[in-house]
Amino acid sequence: MHELAVTESILAISDKHAKESGAAKVTSINLVIGRLSSIVDDSIQFYWDIISNESICKGAILNFERRPARLHCNVCSNDYEIESELQPCPQCGSPDIFVKSGEEFFVDSIEIEK
Amino acid sequence: MNSIRVPIVEKILSANDQLAAQNRAFLVCKNIFSINIMASPGAGKTSFILETIYGLKDKMKVGVIEGDTAAVTIDADKIIQAGMPAVQINTGGNCHLDAVMVAGGINQLPLDDIQLLIIENVGNLVCPAAFDLGTDINILIASVPEGDDKPYKYPAIYRGIDVLILNKMDLLPYISFRPDYFTQGVQILNPGLTFFPVSCTTGAGIPAWLSWLETKVLNSNK
Repeated sequence: MHELAVTESILAISDKHAKESGAAKVTSINLVIGRLSSIVDDSIQFYWDIISNESICKGAILNFERRPARLHCNVCSNDYEIESELQPCPQCGSPDIFVKSGEEFFVDSIEIEK
Repeated sequence: MNSIRVPIVEKILSANDQLAAQNRAFLVCKNIFSINIMASPGAGKTSFILETIYGLKDKMKVGVIEGDTAAVTIDADKIIQAGMPAVQINTGGNCHLDAVMVAGGINQLPLDDIQLLIIENVGNLVCPAAFDLGTDINILIASVPEGDDKPYKYPAIYRGIDVLILNKMDLLPYISFRPDYFTQGVQILNPGLTFFPVSCTTGAGIPAWLSWLETKVLNSNK
């Protein structure tokens, strides 16, 4: 539900960097979003088409790189990934887990034309 | 025309994070300990805040910011009736409070009189997790009737909290809630999390929470 605020931030960040780089046009925006971030791609795309219309980013394609949640078991040192539901270590069953990644939520880069 | 790649690597909500840092610095400067309370609708946020206010009323002055999606002052009225200053923030339908809204709320409170600021976020387990408000600690109130699977379904909010309250413990005999399954999910996401099982109806567990909070506030005001 907070995708509008998120989309506005993506636009502000992209717009700032595009202007600093002397861009005439932004062709694509590359986003990295981890499995543990609760963000819906479709909603961002929907808002994007509306709010970017008056900006230098108009028509830019949003590319979403989804990263899985990577976990490490502190008991048996097993590394595993979570695609759907959170679970304890599938090898030894321990809930003593360290979350290594999956919370990424950033603008990685933009593609511009000068 | 060839396109050029411009590397950025900037957190999407970095603007909110910066404003949250300003709130944090301001509150520290005012010697106010601050907490952000998140929960789903109906978990008992307002009841828990009232229990906290009653429990601390002879020891400190508490200011409350109430976030709501509509222009209703039910929650703020209850706080004011309890004798503490409260400000209502209407998010205009937004699903969460952000650092800017909180900055506006802070400025309407009698800051020189209060030692503790409690912010009641909008009832929601998804969006508030993404927006730092600049408080000293973040608290989640879960409740027994919501079910034991919530850590598995809403991992982000369990990752970012400093204290977990499990409310409505008095209903445990009547609901199929597996405490072991619940705490296993919590342990995976947030090992060693400070945890208080309570009931705002019977008062069970509240003294332990109050004692913990009082110590935190006193230490921060040194």
